[in-house]
Amino acid sequence: MLRNTKRETLVALILVAPFVAIYGLAFIYPTVQMFLLSFTDAPLIGQGEYVGVENYTRLPDDRRFQTALWNTGYFVVLSVIPGTLVAMAIALAVDRLKGRLQSLVLALFFLPYILPVSVVYLIWDWTLNFQFGIAMHLFDALGIQRVPIFKSTAWFMPAVALVTVWWTCGFSILLFLAGLRAIPAEIYEAAALDNAGRWTTFRRVTWPLIWPITALVLTIQLILQLKIFDQVYLFSTGGRPNDNLVLVYYIFQRAFQSDQGGRAAAIAVVLFAVVVIVSVFNFQLVRMSRGRAQ
Amino acid sequence: MTALPAQGLAPVQRLQRINVAGAILSIVTVVVAVIWAFPIYWAVVTSLKPENETVRATVEIWPDTFTFEHYRFALFETQIGSWYLNSVGTALGTMVLTVSASLLCGYAISQLRFPLRQPLWWLILASFMVPTQVLIINHFELVANLGLLNTWAGIILPQLIHPVVIIVYKQFFDGVPREFREAAVMDNASEWRILTRVYIPMNWGVTTALCIVTFIWSWNAFLWPFLAVTRTEEMTITVGITQVNDAFGVYYARQLSAAVLAGLPVALAYLLFQRRVTQAITLSAGIKG
Repeated sequence: MLRNTKRETLVALILVAPFVAIYGLAFIYPTVQMFLLSFTDAPLIGQGEYVGVENYTRLPDDRRFQTALWNTGYFVVLSVIPGTLVAMAIALAVDRLKGRLQSLVLALFFLPYILPVSVVYLIWDWTLNFQFGIAMHLFDALGIQRVPIFKSTAWFMPAVALVTVWWTCGFSILLFLAGLRAIPAEIYEAAALDNAGRWTTFRRVTWPLIWPITALVLTIQLILQLKIFDQVYLFSTGGRPNDNLVLVYYIFQRAFQSDQGGRAAAIAVVLFAVVVIVSVFNFQLVRMSRGRAQ
Repeated sequence: MTALPAQGLAPVQRLQRINVAGAILSIVTVVVAVIWAFPIYWAVVTSLKPENETVRATVEIWPDTFTFEHYRFALFETQIGSWYLNSVGTALGTMVLTVSASLLCGYAISQLRFPLRQPLWWLILASFMVPTQVLIINHFELVANLGLLNTWAGIILPQLIHPVVIIVYKQFFDGVPREFREAAVMDNASEWRILTRVYIPMNWGVTTALCIVTFIWSWNAFLWPFLAVTRTEEMTITVGITQVNDAFGVYYARQLSAAVLAGLPVALAYLLFQRRVTQAITLSAGIKG
C-alpha cells in the first residue's frame, strides 16, 4: 500500500505535539534545570553563583545527609522484602479461595492501597495513639510498656515501615495474583498425580513460576520506597524530623525550609542517580530471571 | 500445615486430611483479612462516636450513641467544601489531560511513521525511571515563575508526567489487528476518523481503566499539592485535612470524620469499578491483564 509519508508525518506531529509540549515543560526542562542548579549556590527561587562541585563535596561530611541516607536504606530494608513476602503469602492464601468469598477477602486486603496517604496517616495515628490508641490495648495485654511510637526514634522507622507495608501491599498482592492465575491448572494436576504435598508443590511448581513476578514486585517496591517522603513527613509532625530524615525529606528541608535551592538540587541529583542505577540493575535482573523461567 | 505425612494413607483419608487443612487455612485467611482492614473500620466507627466516648479506657467496637455531629462540623464549619472542590477539579484536570495527551501520542507512536519516533519512544521508556520527587525544587521554580502557585493549573502541571499511560496505550494499539486499519484506509478515512471510530472504541475498557487510575493517583497525591499551595482555601483535601490542624483541634473523632470524607470518593470508585481498577493497576505495572 502506498503511504503518503509527508501527510502522515504532519498528522503524527500534530498528535504528539500536546504530549511533547507537556513533557518538555514539566519534565525535560526541570530535569535539566536540576543538574544546572546543583552547581550553584542559588536560593529556592532566583539566581546564584556558580560554585562548581562544592554542593556535592560537602555531602559526605553533612551529618543530616548521612542520617537521611542511613534512614532511607534502613526503611528500604524494613519495607521491601517483608512487604513482598507478606504480599506473596496473602496472594497465595487469597488465590485458594473461591467466588464471592475471594472477592470479599481481596477487597479487604486491597482497600488500604486505594486510600490517600493523609487518610492512612490519620487512621494509624489514631490506632497507635499513645493514650487512646486501640493498639496500645494490645501492648498492655502483651505486657509491653506503652510507647509514644512516632515520637521515639527507635520505633519510628519500623512503625512507618509497618504502616507502609499495610498501605502498599494491595498493589503487590494484585501482581502476585495475576502471576498465580497465569499458571496453568494442568501443572497443579500433574503435581497432585505425583502425590506432591502442599509445600513440595509450592517449592517445585509455584515458586519458580512466580519468580519473575517476585522480581518485578521487589523492583517496584524498592524504587517506590527509595522515594519515601509523605509518611515520614506526616508522622514526624510534632516529633523529631531531624532524626527521621529521609532523602526526599532532606531535599524538601534544604530547598523549602532553608531556602538553599542549589544544595537541595545536589541531594536530588544523588537520589536521581541512585534510582536510575537501581532501575537499570533491576531491569537486567528481571530480564535474566524471565529468561531463566522460560 | 504440610500434608506430607499423609502420603502413606489411603487416597480417601488423604483427601479428607487435605480438606481439613484447607478449611483451616481458609478460616485463617478470612480472620487475617478482617484484622487487616480493622484499622479502617475502627476509624469509621470512631468518627461516629461522641468525642467523650472515643477517649474511654475500654475498647468499644460499636458506639453507644451514634452521632453525625462530626460530619456536620467538618462539612459546614471547616473549609472542607473548597478542598473537595479543589481535589475534584485538579484530579479531573489531571485525568483528562494525561489520558488524552497520552492517547494521541500513543496512537501516533504505535500506528504512524514519523521522524524521531524511536527516540521519542526511548525517552518515554527512560522517563519511567525518573522519580518526580527529585524534581520538586525545579517544579516549584517553574510553577512560581509562571505565576501558578495556589492555582489548579499549578497543582495539575507537574502531575501530568505518567509515562505508563502512554506505554499502556501503545501496547493496546499495537494489538489491534492491521486489517481494521487497512480497511479504513481503503475507505479513504482520515487519520482522525480511524482513531475515533476504530482504535478508541476498540479500547474503551483500557481508557476507562486508565481514567479511573489517573484520577485516583491525582486525588491521592500529597507531596506536590502540599508544596504548590500555601493558602488554606486553595488546598486539596489530602493536604487540608493534615495541614490545617486548628480546623479540627485535638478532636479525634472530628479529624477522623474528615479522613473518612477524604477517603470516601476513592474507596467508592474502587468498590464500584473493582474490576477496572484491578486491571488498571496490573496494567500500570507492565502486566497485560
